[in-house]
Amino acid sequence: MTPLVTAPHLDIDALLIDPSKRIIVCTGSGGVGKTTTAAALGVRAAELGRSVCVLTIDPARRLAQAMGLSSLDNTPRLVAGVGKTTELGTGSLHAMMLDMKRTFDEVVEAHADADRAAQILTNPFYQALSSSFAGTQEYMAMEKLGQLRSQADDEGLWDLIIVDTPPSRSALDFLDAPARLGSFLDGRFIRILTAPARGAGRGIGKLAAMGFGIFTGVLSKILGAQVLNDVGTFVAAIDSTFGGFRERAEVTYTLLQDQGTSFIVIAAPEPDALREASYFVERLRHDAMPLAGLVLNRVQPISATSLSSEQAMAAAERLRERDDVPDSRLTADLLDLHAQRMRTWTRQSHLAQRFTSAHPGVAIATVPALAEDVHDLAGLNEIGDLLAARDN
Amino acid sequence: MTSTPSADLNTGRPALWPGVELHVVSGKGGTGKTTVAAALALALARDGKRALLMEVEGRQGIAQLFDVPPLPYEERVVAVAPNGGEVWALAVDAEEALLDYLELFYNLRRAGSALRKMGAVDFVTTIAPGLRDVLLTGKACEVVRRSDKSAIDAYDAVIIDAPPTGRITRFLNVNAEVSGLAKMGPIRNHADLVMSVIASPRTAVHLVTLLEEMPVQETVDGIADLRANDLPVGGIFVNMIRPDIVSEPLNESVEAAAITAALSSVGITSSSINLGQVLIDEGNDHSRRTALQSRELLRIQETGLPVIELPFLTDGVDLGGLYELAQVMTDSGVR
Repeated sequence: MTPLVTAPHLDIDALLIDPSKRIIVCTGSGGVGKTTTAAALGVRAAELGRSVCVLTIDPARRLAQAMGLSSLDNTPRLVAGVGKTTELGTGSLHAMMLDMKRTFDEVVEAHADADRAAQILTNPFYQALSSSFAGTQEYMAMEKLGQLRSQADDEGLWDLIIVDTPPSRSALDFLDAPARLGSFLDGRFIRILTAPARGAGRGIGKLAAMGFGIFTGVLSKILGAQVLNDVGTFVAAIDSTFGGFRERAEVTYTLLQDQGTSFIVIAAPEPDALREASYFVERLRHDAMPLAGLVLNRVQPISATSLSSEQAMAAAERLRERDDVPDSRLTADLLDLHAQRMRTWTRQSHLAQRFTSAHPGVAIATVPALAEDVHDLAGLNEIGDLLAARDN
Repeated sequence: MTSTPSADLNTGRPALWPGVELHVVSGKGGTGKTTVAAALALALARDGKRALLMEVEGRQGIAQLFDVPPLPYEERVVAVAPNGGEVWALAVDAEEALLDYLELFYNLRRAGSALRKMGAVDFVTTIAPGLRDVLLTGKACEVVRRSDKSAIDAYDAVIIDAPPTGRITRFLNVNAEVSGLAKMGPIRNHADLVMSVIASPRTAVHLVTLLEEMPVQETVDGIADLRANDLPVGGIFVNMIRPDIVSEPLNESVEAAAITAALSSVGITSSSINLGQVLIDEGNDHSRRTALQSRELLRIQETGLPVIELPFLTDGVDLGGLYELAQVMTDSGVR
């Protein structure tokens, strides 16, 4: 059978059994099957004898049920009935869903005394920030990843963490949002808001010409005085308890550059998803982050690439004129179907090949489109088999 | 420039969304929401009308679809609609929208660069919860409200290629979003103005889905969510429907040998694989898929909303494909 693309094969099992791998990050644009892939990798790694924790962000209900996650309680739960004992050890699977507000609250509670924590938790700006800012999810996913990693060292319940990334505007948000939020919280804007008295003398520089009063005046016009006040109070409270948000984000960022981490970029064989995957691959290279390869999901399954679309259509046409041949109508229909599938497969193959031309070294694993959705562990196992299969 | 619904005599079907000027297109990631938004713009612009297609997530997907250079923050023509008519496009950038807002309401555009240096623009457009969305939806509402003044640059329809279903209610419900942040003041007033367009009969939120379990579930949940927040739901665009090619049902009595024989009667043979069996397997896989499609289509129809069924384009979506989808929409009563 002809492979879809001539790229090197991404050997999923080799990656999963490599004991030096401690973190696998699944990323890609929305709707390409990131969460399902992360879950399937988790199940397979446990079956290969690894003790795994899967951190999912926003799983579909049925997928969550498949992993036995009925509630969103922000704590890893043991998934019953998964894992085998092999020479690698006793396999097990923990899974959890991220609750970003809860994670943020816990960070505050862990670092501030009770009074100050209460002050922060009830601040209107904090409440809006912790529950709705698009970047909070990315930031908290990173935070949680850091926590799970320390827990791995302390408690030893898992030695491999598989992370699903949030459904962002762009896959790059996962890398950028934490730094953005961190630099905002540590940044000049906040210094000015929180220290108007010293602000005139520090940090503003030539902008002093504009006049600090005018600056805050404009901001009040845009935001309203009450918002500015809330932001100021929030930052003052949070700053004195555990400053260095940017530092925290940088620590996790460094963790992602470690050789114990691998990124898997996930895409569907469509122009948008592959373009996004391309951006991400370039970014990972630029930031020296270890890329394992690309998983291409939902590929048109095809078994007889030797019968081309044109041949099949021509044969179907001839068969429709042959009343003397049994099953001629049905066979003609099946040939038309095959012709369509071949056309889709050929288009997908071109798209994948274009990606490979741009990134020749990137290994690829393909997973055929399944007729039905995943409902249970058996379904996740099946996807794991397909991911690890060599014949793409 | 609002046209009368009876002006279009192309189809006998009643117009699906009379009086709607703002069409918000959302859907789960990977369902083809940008494609549907673009085809919808073509359908709404036909017969000499003007439609504006807006992008709010900075992905430049519209430019790719229409095969034009990346869109600036400036309205420009990207396509000519069937039977005359123009599709314009605009990539809304939160930062530019903020400067627009400052100029429009406070005559403060020049303050922009100073604010940027202080990190304030960054704060408003990316950090402060909800403000980014108010700016983006605010721009759409500004364009829609041009028709109130019969402005020369008004459009018959504005189409937003919006964020996915998971974030759409939050994106549109700017009032609720900023209310936690600003109980009163200019932002709050602006949000109220935006809501007066979005939560009105001038707007319809459409969801794009595939006939698969996860997207359908997300669509059903999304509709409930939109309704619970009093946002006007328009219709459901069912994308990439696979045709029911195999006219005869494939039952177990079909023999691979018979298919192989029929194939060889027209000269198709293979020495290495059992072609008859391969084709039967493909037929069975297809039947499972179409059976699932029918089941999921029922769930979509149970919502009681208008359903527009769009075919799977075997050769992918190019400009020709967009016109094909636009024609299907026109035939379904989109105008």
